[in-house]
Amino acid sequence: MTNSAGTARLRASAPIAPRQRAGRNGWIETLSLLAAALSVFTLLLVAAPQARAQGPGDLLVALTTDKFPDTERALTEIAASGLPTAPQIVEALAANRLWFNGPARKLYFTDEAGKVFDAANGLEAPDVSTGALKRVRLNNAVRRSLDAARGALTLMSPDPVRRRTAADSVFKSRDATALPLVEAALERETVASTRKVLEEARAAIIASDSGAPEVKRLESIEILKSRGDQDAVSVLTTVASWSEGRVKDAAGAASSTIQAKLALWRNVQNIWYGLSLGSVLLLAAIGLAITFGVMGIINMAHGEMVMLGAYTTFVVQEWARTSHPAMLNYALFIAIPLAFLFTAAVGILIERLVIRHLYGRPLETLLATFGISLILQQAVRTIFGANNREVSAPPFMSGSFDFGSLSIGYGRMWIIVFALAVFFALQFVLRATSFGLRMRAVTQNRRMASSMGIDTNRIDAMAFGLGSGIAGMAGVALSQIDNVSPNLGQSYIIDSFMVVVFGGVGNLWGTLLGAVTLGVANKFLEPIAGAVLGKILLLVFIILFIQKRPRGLFAQKGRAVEA
Amino acid sequence: MTSATNYRLIDTRGVIFIAVLALAAILVPILTLVIPQGSALSIPPYIVALFGKYLCFALLAVALDLVWGYCGILSLGHGAFFALGGYAMGMYLMRQVGARGVYANPVLPDFMVFLNMKELPITWWGFQSFPYAMLMVLLVPGLLAFGFGWLAFRSRVTGVYLSIITQAMTYALLLAFFRNDMGFGGNNGLTDFKDILGFNVQATGTRVSLFVASCIALIGGYLIARWVTTSKFGKVVVAIRDAESRTRFLGYRVETYKLAVFVLSAMMAGVAGALYVPQVGIINPGEFAPTNSIEAVIWVAVGGRGTLVGAALGALIVNWGKTFFTGALPEYWLFALGALFVFVTLFMPKGVVGTLEQFKARRARKKIATPEVAAAGE
Repeated sequence: MTNSAGTARLRASAPIAPRQRAGRNGWIETLSLLAAALSVFTLLLVAAPQARAQGPGDLLVALTTDKFPDTERALTEIAASGLPTAPQIVEALAANRLWFNGPARKLYFTDEAGKVFDAANGLEAPDVSTGALKRVRLNNAVRRSLDAARGALTLMSPDPVRRRTAADSVFKSRDATALPLVEAALERETVASTRKVLEEARAAIIASDSGAPEVKRLESIEILKSRGDQDAVSVLTTVASWSEGRVKDAAGAASSTIQAKLALWRNVQNIWYGLSLGSVLLLAAIGLAITFGVMGIINMAHGEMVMLGAYTTFVVQEWARTSHPAMLNYALFIAIPLAFLFTAAVGILIERLVIRHLYGRPLETLLATFGISLILQQAVRTIFGANNREVSAPPFMSGSFDFGSLSIGYGRMWIIVFALAVFFALQFVLRATSFGLRMRAVTQNRRMASSMGIDTNRIDAMAFGLGSGIAGMAGVALSQIDNVSPNLGQSYIIDSFMVVVFGGVGNLWGTLLGAVTLGVANKFLEPIAGAVLGKILLLVFIILFIQKRPRGLFAQKGRAVEA
Repeated sequence: MTSATNYRLIDTRGVIFIAVLALAAILVPILTLVIPQGSALSIPPYIVALFGKYLCFALLAVALDLVWGYCGILSLGHGAFFALGGYAMGMYLMRQVGARGVYANPVLPDFMVFLNMKELPITWWGFQSFPYAMLMVLLVPGLLAFGFGWLAFRSRVTGVYLSIITQAMTYALLLAFFRNDMGFGGNNGLTDFKDILGFNVQATGTRVSLFVASCIALIGGYLIARWVTTSKFGKVVVAIRDAESRTRFLGYRVETYKLAVFVLSAMMAGVAGALYVPQVGIINPGEFAPTNSIEAVIWVAVGGRGTLVGAALGALIVNWGKTFFTGALPEYWLFALGALFVFVTLFMPKGVVGTLEQFKARRARKKIATPEVAAAGE
């Protein structure tokens, strides 16, 4: 593209030393305001009509005149021209990497490495040296139009995602100068959601424009109101603060409507997060409720059962990754029964070896199981190392969808579903199977049950295995949202205790209610008091609650309780 | 139980216990300060500080044995009282640093300057005075125990439930002390102490004095606990442990007895914490960790629940084992500790002291001590 004569001329002219150039630029910048003022007049008359009249290739020529108003105007037009190299030119100018050869009226830009490209077609110009070129200079006015040009470029960008973000940023800036661009973009825009954002951006600009007709401003306020988020509120409150009359009233009313709606959604969100936390607590605590309910002992190693479940998931996933990659997405489904069986087996082993010998001494059992928890933790640390292990989420667990203004993660949602499934499955086992019947009998009156021919030893072992197995399944779910480390169990054990103590042991519904209450209360306290203080408040609340109802929400009734 | 047959204030076991402690209190200063360092007989200062620390744990164990062994209250939160006593002492020590801190503020401790606090919080007022700080060492754990116990015992929270809410208490305090806003140094706690009562904390002389003070405190704590448990009051407490409802029906105000023992025990734990802090040179929220409190319970279980001397002995054995294991085989310390928990609860329900006594009784009577075993069950 470069003609040989031009190149020869460029080569002939002596390269200017960088220091000199910088000095000259600095000197010129000090006078930039003056220069701009002078050239405005001239160029309004001369350069502008010229530039307008010419085709896109000639637009570039306007950037070689070394005059600010020319640069400014050319920028705006290049941005709107759809020239393929327009983004590069604008970015190069912003980074001070746009060069021109005045006599040849040619424009070049360099990349970060210093390679020279022809601005007209974006091809590399290997025989052009920046030493022979001058930089296209910037002043504040040019910088402002540079921003607008960038916005415009992205508003027209072929990439819909970039158009969307550009529209969002125009909405936030409410830059009145961008209005024509927004209008232009609206005409071309085909994606409905982006159109909507553009309309809202236009509405934000018009609503904030005191010179716009009242009817249009009121319409715009309506559009902003239908947008209904925090950004809309900030536009509306600003408008309401300086406008008068109907516009002020409309903006104020719209903003308070939105705020009321937002407050409602915040509560919905807290409830959702609370339910999510509650489901985790439920999973962790429900097995504890079984062992505690049936045997009256607190299993301090319960948290470690959860941890073992999580590590089972890790092992299954690694197995799938190395030998059956096709199964990787279904690793969780394999892990759930395996985790149940493995932790149930560990639980039964613990019961047979240790706990069986300590019946009637709940406090000693507590200590022995604490010892077991230490051993299990150290064993896992020795085998798998102390670092966190990575358990990846299968595709159906990742991502999220929008519900109203709430973003709901699939992972959290499935954990809630899973927790409820486990809960109802357990209810079914307890209510509708012969094993459940026996277990309930032992829970209510061990000696009577024994007299009726129930093998209480066996029931104890089975109940402990069941409780541990459920903890293991909880571990599968928790491996999706928490770090799989040897300390995983410890972080849940105190919370699980709180749920069981709060809910009472007579009834699994107590555990469900306890878990959900604590989860939701925690999420509502967090924004008010902060995460740590919220948790402290909850602990204090539970301590006080136990004073009122020493055996939890759903206390076991009957004579056996006093035993 | 064996304790029920002992009406004397100081029995043989107690005599040996006090004698050993007194001997240590006399010999250690001589061996450390008089005999030149480096000779075969001398004790290096770090060993003095180490054993001084063990003695503080022993006092905590005695305090815990008083409530668990004699009153049947398994507190999984005694570490909280210990740590509160420690913080009270730590605050005194911080105030003593004065202008020698990094930021050279004469009033505010370094961490407060760092956190941009402008003036001393009310909670810190008065801690420049040693007597006031010592009063707080007793009062703060005592008041917490009183408030907590008053609520818990009055509404008859017992057994496992009580254990769990004591654990919740220490866990809540752990979280609270981690907060910088509490004004107790947050995560880092209180450290970089300079001197105590005008003596350099690091100096060998001070270390020896603190060791002697720990010996005396342990003897004192033992005597108080012994005096309480051998008195008529103590008999009622033991009755509550063995049959709470029956004692209540006999007309005793069970909650008052429990509360008194609980508060006394908390104060003893507070003193133990106060002696602990200058010897280790730091107090941080980690001391509130529920695990620490449970570990203290295992000291008592190892030594022998309801024997007082055994509790102190258990603290020494387990902590010595911990120092040994974490130095020699750090991988296996948790295995060893876990196995100890299981082993002691399964095979030595009466701990070292209880088991020894069982052997003695068996040999004396030349017959199988079945009634003893039967009495061990609750």
